[in-house]
Amino acid sequence: MHDVLYAVAVLCAISGALAALLLVAEHFLADYGECTIDVNQGERRFTVTGGGDLLSNLGEQKLFLPSACGGRGSCGLCKCRILAGGGPVLPTELPYLTEDEQARDVRLACQVKVKRDLEVQVPQELLSVREFTATVERIEDLTHDIKLFRFALDGDERIRFRAGQYVQLVVPPYDEVREETFRAYSIASPPSDDGAVDLVIRLVPNGIVTTYCFEHLREGDTARLTGPFGEFRLHESDRECLFIAGGSGLAPFRSMVLDMIEHENTRKATFYFGAVEEKDLYYVDFFSKLAAEHDWFSYVPALSGAAEGHGYETGLVTEVVGRHYESLDNHEAYLCGSPGMIDACIKVLADKGLDDERVFYDKFS
Amino acid sequence: MNPADLHPLVILFAAITTDNILLARFLGMCPFLGVSGQLRSSLGLGAAVIFVMTCTSVLNWLVYHYLLHPDGVFGIDLTYLRYIAFIIVIAAFVQIVEMVVERVSMLLYLTLGIFLPLITVNCAILGASLFMVTREYTLVQTAAFGLGSGVGWAVAIAAMAGIREKLARHGKVIPQLEGAGIALVIAGIMALAFVGFSGVIRIN
Repeated sequence: MHDVLYAVAVLCAISGALAALLLVAEHFLADYGECTIDVNQGERRFTVTGGGDLLSNLGEQKLFLPSACGGRGSCGLCKCRILAGGGPVLPTELPYLTEDEQARDVRLACQVKVKRDLEVQVPQELLSVREFTATVERIEDLTHDIKLFRFALDGDERIRFRAGQYVQLVVPPYDEVREETFRAYSIASPPSDDGAVDLVIRLVPNGIVTTYCFEHLREGDTARLTGPFGEFRLHESDRECLFIAGGSGLAPFRSMVLDMIEHENTRKATFYFGAVEEKDLYYVDFFSKLAAEHDWFSYVPALSGAAEGHGYETGLVTEVVGRHYESLDNHEAYLCGSPGMIDACIKVLADKGLDDERVFYDKFS
Repeated sequence: MNPADLHPLVILFAAITTDNILLARFLGMCPFLGVSGQLRSSLGLGAAVIFVMTCTSVLNWLVYHYLLHPDGVFGIDLTYLRYIAFIIVIAAFVQIVEMVVERVSMLLYLTLGIFLPLITVNCAILGASLFMVTREYTLVQTAAFGLGSGVGWAVAIAAMAGIREKLARHGKVIPQLEGAGIALVIAGIMALAFVGFSGVIRIN
């Protein structure tokens, strides 16, 4: 009996001594002192204790770079340019950087360790990305598997964004999900409605975030959002617009169209919305009413799976768009939906003569 | 053969040639088959193994004789704990070395620093320490043995890398044998060649 106790004690002593040694070593060896991080040529500048990775340090300063894997180096989203102090590129970053990016000093923020003063360049709009806490103000059923979630921002917070941008919804650990997860959703409310964020969320079978939203979120609950992110927006020009969406891809266009109305838009715009059956359509009355009130706006829902005789156009949304136009050389197209739908649309639009520089899209999987 | 009679230099040379830990004892095959495609990374890995093997075998000798052995500090026979104790020591040592290397030289860190965590689980490292126990080496003999085994492993992987690089450039390997298949064939032939050393020096 004694022997067992001695054995356990000795092993614990050895492990403990080595662990203590490691802590001491870490304290002296991994101590990089204070380092200054300069962002976008002095627009933001702060001092941090060295040793951590750039992504977390920026996050602590409320500068959120997009990240889906949370710093593990497996998503490649946290790219930024490091103009000075980054050290050599690590092998863990190389799979995510093209040669062009490497030449431009693009690095993965989660892999770069802060060891000395750094000069970092991030996309300008990230400087206005913030984290918001919000309360669920309203949950509305739109179809059998799509709901509208309205998040009222806490306090007097206001979110400044352009129509078309998205936020990341942060979901805490729940049930069997051990870690925080976040997913991107386009903002469905217009920029003028800046005290709240409307999100259109479709339930994905076994989806971590969507299951949480559908089964656990209730009106009155708190939620965290970071944003706004994204390059998807209405571009300045006189060209006629085609808005093409499927499923929950309708969200940014609700924001855009409402915004256009507020700014007394006169550019012609047509919104093509594709669904499978009539039960998958939503906001039909909403958009039909806007189309009736504003002569520059038209609304064309299309059903790919239903039979004739209900008043809607039939076919895949790409086919419907193809039928409406002979040529598209003086138009602009904005797409939002599944990657498959977007790829199919791009092809149809290109066949009709639309230059791919005039096609803008937000691919959500 | 009384181990006490063997001169450390004899052990050193034998460990590189006749008792090559990889080609004669078949330890440390995983990185050998996995990382031996290019000479440059093989040399980096080999250097790391030499360093880790020499230091950990010495450290483990101290742990074994002063902590686990009945003649040591605790006075009880805890030698059966050597497997766990050696692994813990190896893991901690590699962690500290990684920290030191990262701090001291970025270049060194990039060439061999990334291999260090890989080496922790290299069974040749543990093997060298365990051989040291069964063969009852003294401290100096252990140091020579660790160094020799490391060098022997590095020589084997460098030779393998050289052969594979040449084969990739000039030879034709049938698709069915590409990768691990041809590597094992080459390893087998190399082991046969090293059998030619046997009998020259015996240390076991």
